Amino acid sequence: MFISIFNAMESGVIYAIMALGVYLSFRVLDFPDLTVDGSFVTGAAVAAISIVNGVPTILATLFALIAGFVAGSLTGILNTKGRINPLLSGILMMTALYSINLRIMGQSNIPLLNQSTVFTQLRESWSDLGVDQALTNMLVSIGIERPPSTWSILIIMTIVTFLIKLGIDFYLKTEMGLALRATGDNEKMIRSFSANTDHLKIVGLGLSNALVALAGALYAQYAGFSDLNMGIGMIVVGLASVIIGESIVGTKSITRTTLAVVLGAVVYRIVVAFALRSQFLDTGDMKLITSGLVIIALVIPKLLANHKEIQRKRKKRLALEKQMEGEHYARS
Amino acid sequence: MLEVNHISLTFNEGTPDEKKALQHIQLKLNKGDFVTVIGSNGAGKSTLMNIISGALFPDVGKVTINEKNVTLLQEFKRSNYIGRVFQDPMAGTSPTMTIEENLAMAYSRNKKRTLKLGVNKNRRAFFKSALATLHLGLEQRLNAKVGLLSGGERQALSLLMATFTEPDILLLDEHTAALDPSRAALITNLTKEVVEKTGLTTLMVTHNMQQALDLGNRLIMMDKGQIILDISGAEKQALTIEKLLHEFQRIRGEQMGDDRAILG
Ligand SMILES: Nc1ncnc2c1ncn2[C@@H]1O[C@H](COP(=O)(O)OP(=O)(O)OP(=O)(O)O)[C@@H](O)[C@H]1O
Ligand SMILES: [Mg+2]
Repeated sequence: MFISIFNAMESGVIYAIMALGVYLSFRVLDFPDLTVDGSFVTGAAVAAISIVNGVPTILATLFALIAGFVAGSLTGILNTKGRINPLLSGILMMTALYSINLRIMGQSNIPLLNQSTVFTQLRESWSDLGVDQALTNMLVSIGIERPPSTWSILIIMTIVTFLIKLGIDFYLKTEMGLALRATGDNEKMIRSFSANTDHLKIVGLGLSNALVALAGALYAQYAGFSDLNMGIGMIVVGLASVIIGESIVGTKSITRTTLAVVLGAVVYRIVVAFALRSQFLDTGDMKLITSGLVIIALVIPKLLANHKEIQRKRKKRLALEKQMEGEHYARS
Repeated sequence: MLEVNHISLTFNEGTPDEKKALQHIQLKLNKGDFVTVIGSNGAGKSTLMNIISGALFPDVGKVTINEKNVTLLQEFKRSNYIGRVFQDPMAGTSPTMTIEENLAMAYSRNKKRTLKLGVNKNRRAFFKSALATLHLGLEQRLNAKVGLLSGGERQALSLLMATFTEPDILLLDEHTAALDPSRAALITNLTKEVVEKTGLTTLMVTHNMQQALDLGNRLIMMDKGQIILDISGAEKQALTIEKLLHEFQRIRGEQMGDDRAILG
C-alpha cells in the first residue's frame, strides 16, 4: 500500500511538470493545445536515443526540452501564420509528431533499463548522504514493512518541480509574462498596447511543450523506457491535474494556481493508484478512469454551486414568507 | 500629425453584400486637435478608426502619422503611437489580471517587453498617483482583479491605460455609450481632463450630439462612408444641435427623422 502511494507520488511530481505546461497553454493562453500527446513522446524519444548514443544524461534531457519547444512553436506558427484553428493546429502537430517520434527512435520502443540515466546517477551520489537510511529506519520504526529503496527521486524531483513552478510564477509577472497572460485574456486589447500576439503565442506554446517534453524525458528515464504510444491521452492527464488541482486549491493568484496544478498532478496519480488496486479495474482502464476524473472534477463543483444557490433562494423565500405572515398577524 | 489621404474601403466587394464603408476619406489633424465624430449607424466611423489604428487596411489611400507612412504597418507596431478605448468596457482591460498588472502591461506600450518584473516599487508609486487622478479610489485597490470592477470603473481604467504613456494619437469609439448617464458623464469629464492636460491629438466618436458639441475644437459628421461636414474653431463654438441637423438636411437633402433620434 505505502509503496504504491510512494510510486504514485514519484511519477506525480514528474507529471506535474507536464501539467504545468498544459496550464500554460490551456489556462494562460486559453489555447486548447493537443500537441502534448506528441511532444511528451518527443521528449522521451530524444532523451532515450541520446542516452543510448552516449550523450551525457543532463544534456540528453536538455535536448528533449529544446525539441519540445520547437514542436510547440510549430503548432503556434500553424495557428498564427497559417491561420489554422487552435484545436486543429494541435491535432495536426500531434499526428505529425507520431511519425517524427518513430523516426527519432528508429523503433517503437527503446529500453533504458541498463543505461545510466539522470536518476541512476542521482541515486549514486545520493546514497552517500545517508538520507535514505534515516528515512527508512523511521518508516520501519512506525511499522511500514516495505520501505522504498530510495528517496532521491521523490525529493530531488519535488525540488526541481517547485523550482520550475517558481520560474513560471516569476515569468508570468514579468513584462513579457503579463503580455502573454493578456494575450490569452483579451487579444484585441493587448494588440492595441503594441504586443505582437503572434510571437507571444508561438513562444507560449513553445514553453508549454518544452515543459511537456522535459516531463517526457524524465519519465522515460524514471520508467526505464521510451515508447511510441506512451503519450496517448497525455493531454487529458494534464487537464485532469489542472482541473483537480484548481478545484481543491483554488485559483486566487498565479502562485496559488501553479501550486494547485502541481498538487493536482500528484493527487491524480494517487487516485489512479487507488483505483487500480480495486478488483474491477486494471491498467487498461486507466484512460477511462482519467476521463471519469476530469468529468467529475468539472461537474461536481457546478452541481455544488447550483445546490448552494437553490438553498440560498429557498432560505430567502422562507424568510420572506415568515415576515409576510408576521405582518399579516400584526394587522389582524 | 495625422493624415488620412483618399481612403476607401469596400467590404465583400463583388458580392450581393457589398458595402462601401469608406469612400475617399480625406482628413488632416494637427497636433493637439480634439475632433469629435458623429454620424448615423453604419456611417463608417468605426471603420475609419480601425483603419487609423491598423486593425483594418484600406483598399486604396494612405495613412500618415508624424510624416511617416503607416498605411500597411501592422496594428501592434502602430499602437506604439496610438491609444484606443473601445465601446465595450470589457474590451480595454484584462479581467483576470489585477489593476496594477493591467497598468504595467499598458505601461510597456512604447518600450521593449523584457524579463524584468512588470510591477516594481517605483512603478507602483507611479501607478498609484496616476490612478488617483481618476478620483475613484482605485489607487487603494491595486491588487483587485479588474474583472471585479464596474463598467464605469473599467472604462476609466481603460482611458488611463490608453493615455498615461502619452501616445501621439488617442482614438475613442463611443467609449461612454455602454454606461449609465452618470457614469458616462464621469468618463466624459475624465476624457476632457486628460486631453487638456496632455494635449493629446484625439478623435472621439459619439452618438451624443451635445457631447460632440461640448468637447473638442473640431467636429466632423460622417454619412454613407463620407465626411460630409467638417467644422472647427469659432464656428464650432457657435454650433447648436438645431444648426447641426439643419446642416445635415441641407447637405443630404433628405428627411432625417430617424437619424435625429439616433444622433440625439
Ligand atoms: N467586417 C465587416 N464586414 C462587412 N461589413 C462590415 C464590416 N465592418 C463594418 N461593416 C459595414 O460597414 C459599414 C460601416 O460600419 P461601421 O462599423 O464603420 O459604422 P459606424 O459608423 O461605426 O456605425 P455605428 O454608429 O453603428 O457604430 C456598415 O454598413 C457595416 O455593416
Ligand atoms: Mg461604430
